[in-house]
Amino acid sequence: MSRKRTRVGPLATPESTADPLDVDALLDDQNTRIIVCCGSGGVGKTTTSASLALRAAERGRKVVVLTIDPARRLAQAMGIEALENTPRPVEGVNGGPGSLDAMMLDMKRTFDEVVEGQASPEKAKQILENPFYVALSSSFAGTQEYMAMEKLGQLHRDAVETGDYDLIVVDTPPSRSALDFLDAPERLSSFLDGKFIRLLTAPARGPARLMTAGFSMMTNALTKILGATVLQDMQTFVAAFDTLFGGFRARAQKTYALLQAEGTAFLVVAAPEPDALREAEYFVERLTGEDMPLAGLVVNRASTAPAGSLDADEAMAAASRIDRTGAGDPEQTPGLTVALLRLHADRIRIVEREAVLRRRFAAAHPAVPTAVVPALSTDVHDLAGLRRVGELLAAQR
Amino acid sequence: MTGKGGTGKSTVAAALALALASRGRNVLLCEVEGRQGIAKMFDVDPLPYEERRIAAGLPGPAGRAGAVFALHIDAESALLEYLAMYYRLGRAGKALDRFGVIDFATTIAPGVRDVLLTGKVYEAARSGRKKGTSSKGGAQYDAIVLDAPPTGRITQFLNVNDELAGLAKAGPIKKQADTVMTLFRSPRTAVHLVTVLEEMPVQETSDGIGQLRSADLPVGGVVVNLVRPRDLTGDLLDAARRDELDRETITGQLKDAGVEVDDSLVDGLTAEARDHAERRALEDAQRELVQAMDVPTYELPRIAGGVDMGGLYDLAAALREQGMA
Ligand SMILES: Nc1ncnc2c1ncn2[C@@H]1O[C@H](COP(=O)(O)OP(=O)(O)OP(=O)(O)O)[C@@H](O)[C@H]1O
Ligand SMILES: Nc1ncnc2c1ncn2[C@@H]1O[C@H](COP(=O)(O)OP(=O)(O)O)[C@@H](O)[C@H]1O
Ligand SMILES: [Mg+2]
Ligand SMILES: [Mg+2]
Repeated sequence: MSRKRTRVGPLATPESTADPLDVDALLDDQNTRIIVCCGSGGVGKTTTSASLALRAAERGRKVVVLTIDPARRLAQAMGIEALENTPRPVEGVNGGPGSLDAMMLDMKRTFDEVVEGQASPEKAKQILENPFYVALSSSFAGTQEYMAMEKLGQLHRDAVETGDYDLIVVDTPPSRSALDFLDAPERLSSFLDGKFIRLLTAPARGPARLMTAGFSMMTNALTKILGATVLQDMQTFVAAFDTLFGGFRARAQKTYALLQAEGTAFLVVAAPEPDALREAEYFVERLTGEDMPLAGLVVNRASTAPAGSLDADEAMAAASRIDRTGAGDPEQTPGLTVALLRLHADRIRIVEREAVLRRRFAAAHPAVPTAVVPALSTDVHDLAGLRRVGELLAAQR
Repeated sequence: MTGKGGTGKSTVAAALALALASRGRNVLLCEVEGRQGIAKMFDVDPLPYEERRIAAGLPGPAGRAGAVFALHIDAESALLEYLAMYYRLGRAGKALDRFGVIDFATTIAPGVRDVLLTGKVYEAARSGRKKGTSSKGGAQYDAIVLDAPPTGRITQFLNVNDELAGLAKAGPIKKQADTVMTLFRSPRTAVHLVTVLEEMPVQETSDGIGQLRSADLPVGGVVVNLVRPRDLTGDLLDAARRDELDRETITGQLKDAGVEVDDSLVDGLTAEARDHAERRALEDAQRELVQAMDVPTYELPRIAGGVDMGGLYDLAAALREQGMA
């Protein structure tokens, strides 16, 4: 029984109205400079980014991929588990004119480096040691998104300067909502130069007009709730950070503009699940609203339709007939056929459910080109796996 | 109930609440991540910041079912309530809002959010008012199930009051923080972790258990969710993986069952079996890792058509059968 294997069966092509996404055209287009993979957590953003990067490199592009939080074994396979916060060449990429560098984002270190790059050494030291900064740089909701943007900006500047890269592929943090990636930088910078934090520094500078009744009521309340030390830490932090605010905001805006630029392509990654597809819809709408260049949707980990025309009900009916006649002789093949029929029915139900979900998306957003990537039967944790996902991404009909 | 994102925390929390709400017991299901997941699962209107009865529990073999109540906790309401309760901050509360402090505290300040959310859960455990009864005071829910933040944040979340107690050193805040920690560390609390049988979630679960233990937080069990059907076993599974299933038997049995058989059907079925067997091998390897974690484990099947209300009760029944409720 040595039949030639197709590892992955033919895809279910539901009567969706979406055009197939032409991944190779996107990768081969020299004008494509940045590809951003976004989507809600766990859908395969990191896998997709790394697969696209590898494929682009093996098709001749000089690529750097910025991954965030990759699975441990994948990071090992790419040689980036050391968290160096700078790109390093990936071994085992098939030769040719292209190349692949990869890195894993170290959020805290990126933040520290920005501070060090912008402030005088003493001031930087003062900031880095402030307890409030330590909390902010490691657990502020959105810091990871902000730092991903920051790192993208850095990579882009390097690419322009050195010519080492002609394509940057960016993974995004495992946020709950795909929108966080776009919103967080704005939130952080509006926090950093927001009304509240300005007010905290005001007493130090002492313009008496700010000491209104409302204001002292507020600081009193805060002291009562947070305690004087916390408030003081915040004040010291803000005072030290003061001169950096402008720089932060300017950098965030620059990177944001980069995302709207011609050479950028967004790919929204989703799993064929209601929540993930709903998030993808929000994201698509937002990108359109912000004039950000959407290249398409990737539906990852899709179930593949089984061959043959036996439907779920027929399969279950046949299974119970066999069960009843006892044809699954326990001595020989205990229920083998019954088990196969049940598996078949199960799979068809999943495929049908996914098809409905995808059709719903396509009906709402018919203009979004879509690539469907089947769920492999194993994890994707090495270059061979990435190559395989890359092939599947490109093989849309 | 914690777990890696998307593994089914909310679903399992809901199923556990249904399973616990038997024999006249009343259960409160809380959510703190502000997405109205409970309302969506139970197909009711978006929940207010107030306890609501949302479903009847899973009937037990004996006695009437209890009820499941739900509470959607958002940090902003919790903060305003807290300020009103402890500080009688009427006007000052407004001043805080005007200066952007409420926004700062609930969306940005690290930790504050978690203090508020855990504080409210504690309140519910202490004095949860049961709708439709006139009794007051004392713990009135027989159980509270919290759809908690994901594994990566759970220890920080539950432990935030410990840090707060350290910061405050003395006074009413320290006292409150200590009481909350005492409850969370007591045998009345159990932190369950949901996982699927894949490498990253299982790794995260194991790391999570370690972190919870070093913070003295009581680890409950691991709920393995989305388990694939296990009709194929042992030798047959191996044969399926090697593509060596007995085609003749299959063909014969299908014919006997009145199915129109051709080669492509048998090819299709054996190919599906091979994919399935490969996945199962991966799952089995991960299952061994889960079992080595030395905590009780429970398994829930992947429901092919998606989880509706009926599905939630089925999952609840499965949890009860395995002794989780
Ligand atoms: N046993 C199951 N069978 C089938 N589908 C399931 C099962 N458990 C969960 N799901 C589905 O998986 C998806 C994710 O589940 P759920 O929302 O409970 O996860 P979560 O861990 O709470 O996610 P998040 O981290 O986003 O809060 C939902 O669509 C849910 O219906
Ligand atoms: N098409 C696929 N088939 C099988 N496994 C996949 C596929 N895509 C992703 N995975 C696996 O799913 C897990 C999560 O993927 P990952 O890319 O890290 O998600 P994200 O970055 O969106 O959180 C990884 O273990 C990965 O190997
Ligand atoms: Mg990732
Ligand atoms: Mg949830």
